[in-house]
Amino acid sequence: MAKAEKNLLENEEKADNIRWGLVIDQDHCTGCQACVVACHAENNVPVVGEEEAAYHRAAHWIRIERYWDGEYPNLKARFRPVLCQQCTEAPCEAVCPVYATYHNDEGLNGQIYNRCIGTRFCGSACPYKVRMYNWFDPEFPEPLDQQLNPNVTVRTRGIMEKCTFCVQRIRRVQEDAKAEGREVADGEIMPACAQSCPTNAFTFGNLNDPDSKASQLATSRRAYRLLDDLGTGPAVIYLQGGETNV
Amino acid sequence: MSDQVSRFKPEEGRDVIIPEDVRDQLLLTTESDDELNEHMLGPMKKTGPVFWISLAILGAIFFWGLYAWGYQIRWGFGVAGINRPVYWGMYISTFVFWVGISHAGTMISAVLRVFKADWRRPITRGAEAMTMFALLMAGLFPMIHVGRIWKVYWMVPYPNNRYLWPNFQSPLMWDMVAITTYLVGSSLYLYLALIPDLGMARDKSTGWRYQLYRALALGWRGTEPGWHKLEKALGIFAIVIIPIFLSVHSIVSWDFAVTVQPRWHSTILPIFFIIGAVFSGLSALASILVLVRWGMKLQFFIRKEHLNNIGLLVMVAGLAWVYVWFAGLIVEWYGNMPVVKELLHDEWYGDLAPFFWTMMVCNVLPIIFLMFKRARTNPALLLFLTLMVNVGMFIERFLIVAGNLTRNYLPFDWGEYKPTWVSLSIVAMTFAGFIMFYMIFTRLIPYVPVWEVKQGRLRFGTRRVGRVEEVTITQVD
Repeated sequence: MAKAEKNLLENEEKADNIRWGLVIDQDHCTGCQACVVACHAENNVPVVGEEEAAYHRAAHWIRIERYWDGEYPNLKARFRPVLCQQCTEAPCEAVCPVYATYHNDEGLNGQIYNRCIGTRFCGSACPYKVRMYNWFDPEFPEPLDQQLNPNVTVRTRGIMEKCTFCVQRIRRVQEDAKAEGREVADGEIMPACAQSCPTNAFTFGNLNDPDSKASQLATSRRAYRLLDDLGTGPAVIYLQGGETNV
Repeated sequence: MSDQVSRFKPEEGRDVIIPEDVRDQLLLTTESDDELNEHMLGPMKKTGPVFWISLAILGAIFFWGLYAWGYQIRWGFGVAGINRPVYWGMYISTFVFWVGISHAGTMISAVLRVFKADWRRPITRGAEAMTMFALLMAGLFPMIHVGRIWKVYWMVPYPNNRYLWPNFQSPLMWDMVAITTYLVGSSLYLYLALIPDLGMARDKSTGWRYQLYRALALGWRGTEPGWHKLEKALGIFAIVIIPIFLSVHSIVSWDFAVTVQPRWHSTILPIFFIIGAVFSGLSALASILVLVRWGMKLQFFIRKEHLNNIGLLVMVAGLAWVYVWFAGLIVEWYGNMPVVKELLHDEWYGDLAPFFWTMMVCNVLPIIFLMFKRARTNPALLLFLTLMVNVGMFIERFLIVAGNLTRNYLPFDWGEYKPTWVSLSIVAMTFAGFIMFYMIFTRLIPYVPVWEVKQGRLRFGTRRVGRVEEVTITQVD
């Protein structure tokens, strides 16, 4: 490809003023794991089995972290869904020797599966430990092999993968909007986790658009970002749970 | 080489006192140059049953390790026992260990050459060879530890029509550049200093050895301009390789220090790694010298003075290691961050405690022993103590890499790590490979730089001061 042509392509794809973000209301989260299952189904995430999962190899792109608060009998369960935080200053991006992980114009922390050589440096560098490694070739036992998503690559052994904010859904909505000659509406894009959540704990949207629901929720007094003091600048914003937590 | 400087004659004059350490000095030996050559070339041709049996065992371990590596490539990295969050385990620890071992070679030969320490002369080649083979073993790990080895060449910046380029922000790229530079530099350094000895070996050998040395000696004739060029080249290399040697282990430490992982993200890590590397490298050299001295019967060249001096260096490096370890610890301790506290607690009383306390015993006890000359000059004890140091230093790297990764900022993701037969076999493979290649090297290449010994002899003489025969060193420029 000629260099001029390449630049042209890059400029064409440059989206203006988009910063995708996800707001998670911990007051709404019941820890039901529906988002985890939906994510597995949407993104062709393999199921590793009981033994491997017990050895910290479960490949959940989103996981529900459960913490117990207080002493029995005054015990509260705190749930926190943790997924790739799509950091602005991502610790994983700088350390990849082959640019398999990079930052795109929409604030997404992209992962290029077929560029990854599997040094696992990003996984060591990530403070949230949300990067998943393919320890073995993926297996999809029946009937899971019948429901693979054709829009998402099935990853081979030896490479890193992680939450993409369902980039395939973002792209589909953007293309549909472009074909119809209109802007993408707020709330039109919905990642699998947000779609499946029975209590609507997730709100996805453009954080750079002050009118979007997500950016308005992000101004809440309850809003915080996970490990914010590390300076990673996450695009996932949590709304702190209060007394309503089960 | 001419024999102009007055040489010590071991005459037992009635009123002359000859101190024992003067009598035993290698550089005061009165043997002729030919005898020196024979002292070196003779043992190279002798290989007893011990040599072949150990070579066979090491070869078996090496090939078993290769099988394990193939198994890992075939089935995926899961067989290596690492997990999330312990994404790096035995392989990276062993990688750091081998890079550390490689540091003493330059330490001995370049630093001591620059400072004109004459006792280094008979042991420089052994040290440089150790550097080279340790780096070869370290160089295997970037290939062993990637998930898709068949794509590992993507780390090399080669031109391609997709404008894909490696990421020079990544410490792994710095690693690759630094280690390649160090390997090339130290191999050339080793080879340069070898040329006169290869010429000597060529002139004294027949058969296949003659063919080998003739090819390797590059037509060395020992002419005046030849010596001048060699000295000049060695002088340049000795200076240039020192910054490389400092940078390599700093870069290895930045693999860890540039992340935000607790206990990795620390400014003291580069100097801690360099000091640790020198400590473990010098210890490994001491162990190797004792073993080679015993195996090849090189008691003539490698004498108590050398064991004594290297023991002293190990002790000093060990004290420096304790200092830097403590300087790092006290900052972490007073920083009192919850994760760091948890990690320290884990090291001292928790799951990692057996490793930690073994490391402390293995690293500190030898320092105390090595303060005594009797321990330093006792080959068996020196071997035991320095092997202990390297057990300790291996555990140190394991604790830094795998130990620290078991804890992180989110307690939900704390984990543990169990090495598997695959990872242990591959680690054993590099140890077996290192010893095996080193053993073969000692029988093919003159282990002691005889020309350096002969050259050093020119500077050394004795003079009577009162009733004592004292060593005099002449400045030759």
